Amino acid sequence: MSDMAAPGIPRTGRLRRMGTVLRDMAASPSGAIGLTLVVAHLVMALISPWIVPYDYKVMDSGMVLSGPTGAHWLGTDEFGRDIFSRVLMGGREALLVTGIATPLAMLWGGMMGILLGLAGGRLDEVMMRVVDAFLSLPWILKLLVLVMTFGNGMMVIIPTLGFFYGIPVIRVARAATHDVVARDFVSAARARGHGRFGIIKRELLPNVLDTMMVEGAMRWSWMLLAFSSLSFLGFGVSPPTPDWGLMISESRVYMPLSPWGVLGPMVALSSLIIGINLSADALAKAMGIDRARKAVV
Amino acid sequence: MISMLIRRLLLGVVTVWIVSVIIFAGVEMLPGDACTAFLERDAKGEMLAHCREAQGLNQPPVERYLSWAAGAIQGDFGTSMSGDQSISEMVGLRVKLSLMLAMGALIGGVPLAIFLGVVTGIWRDRPLDVFLSTGAIFAMTIPEFISATILILIFSIWLGWVPGIVITPADAPVLDFFPEFILPIVVLGMVMTAHIMRMVRTSVIEVMASDYVQMATLKGVPFRQIVFRHVLPNALLPAINVVALTVAWLLGGVVVVEMVFNYPGLGRMMVDAISDRDLPVVQAIAMIVATTYVCVNLTADVMTMILNPRLRTLYMRAK
Repeated sequence: MSDMAAPGIPRTGRLRRMGTVLRDMAASPSGAIGLTLVVAHLVMALISPWIVPYDYKVMDSGMVLSGPTGAHWLGTDEFGRDIFSRVLMGGREALLVTGIATPLAMLWGGMMGILLGLAGGRLDEVMMRVVDAFLSLPWILKLLVLVMTFGNGMMVIIPTLGFFYGIPVIRVARAATHDVVARDFVSAARARGHGRFGIIKRELLPNVLDTMMVEGAMRWSWMLLAFSSLSFLGFGVSPPTPDWGLMISESRVYMPLSPWGVLGPMVALSSLIIGINLSADALAKAMGIDRARKAVV
Repeated sequence: MISMLIRRLLLGVVTVWIVSVIIFAGVEMLPGDACTAFLERDAKGEMLAHCREAQGLNQPPVERYLSWAAGAIQGDFGTSMSGDQSISEMVGLRVKLSLMLAMGALIGGVPLAIFLGVVTGIWRDRPLDVFLSTGAIFAMTIPEFISATILILIFSIWLGWVPGIVITPADAPVLDFFPEFILPIVVLGMVMTAHIMRMVRTSVIEVMASDYVQMATLKGVPFRQIVFRHVLPNALLPAINVVALTVAWLLGGVVVVEMVFNYPGLGRMMVDAISDRDLPVVQAIAMIVATTYVCVNLTADVMTMILNPRLRTLYMRAK
């Protein structure tokens, strides 16, 4: 990325860059597969209520746990509900929640990280210890305690996910800021007498943004994982709303009789998460970021 | 280097202290207290007063924090809300069981991961590498409850080889959990192996492209010697930190796996305690897990520092 990316680039330039990045991503087979999966899932989440063959909550006691038939492509579940329809709709809640919570996490974590990276010194050191402390607590404990106390409504889950998943972002944004701050063009801006916010807006943000985009894609997939795990454990989406995690946990008991109730949502959720991961890898490659050294947590 | 070690150690202690403040303050900030949370609708009158008395909730928060922290340092987390059992005893039993899962996954997974990582790194982009790397992406990204359910479906329902659910009670001897613990260990091991393998592969590729390996090749050093003398020692160092991170992941990821298999480890105890709103138990588990996390990372950092000659001299010079 060129060092002069910041101030001069007009909007069309940025749009054009997005176009090149997307084209680069789609050029590799794994990137193309990933993008296709993500787009397909997003489209399905938007249009599924209008195209599903059956109502997701209508039960048919005469057709319980049937295998795939012409009328029910993936069979029916323990209440005689059409699994195919429920699988098609099962990602809506998860995508909505994570779709709002991910930008939230990136925004607050990113801002905080950039500010700390710029500020440095004592404050930075103390805050990083607090970040470490938060990271050392298992994610599921943090989420469960809040969900158990305040309920599993969207107004609880979205800010909770946004808050906790923003904390590791602080670290990433801070490191990215440190990388940029030491470079000449920031010193030049300082020498020109730009204020702190001017520097953040015109010199730092454009350069940190690439890292944050890739990070955001990864956070999104982890958040989906967390949300589905919560639903699987019975603390996320409430029945009868179709949700892949919840469907898997409900149908698990009936697996010996009919595996279709778990297989459908499994394939759907896995393909979405794999799609996001493949896209994130391709995005990193297209933007020239070395993601191989990224940590697990 | 000694001062570097001490500094790192002190940072670890500070982090653990901040964790304890967060855990304590976090519970304080929740609406109500441990007693109203636990008693729920019964939280009124004499019962509430009695409970608060028993848990020492009538003292000011700072005093309670100090006595809680003092107890925690000595391994005494007080008594649980339900049943007045000593939390340390309850938790100790479960820690042992979770540790067994983690050790099983580590002992099987780490050597396998290093082997696969080196093989795929040396022969990168060959069919074997493509196959294994794709498999690793699947193992890393598919949620644990899905891989667990698939394994149960295949190996215990369809093939009937191993039990898919744990029914042994928590206080049974450890060996009674055989063969029930096989599937949980495999699920945990799979994810871990994939992560470490990818990391080893990357660093092997990097070292293979380095000047000194090229030089050795040009000098006519046999391939086997290049791999064992030059590539392995340099490529495995970064793996230490990944192993530490995966151990940390094991602590959290184990929760879902334990729930799927009904395994009575620390993770299931945590979920049960949260469901029962038994806050003292939740605090104790949080503290134990967080401290383990900090210790594991600390060990990894120190090991990297000691094993890496370049870092070692760098610290000496900085001193």
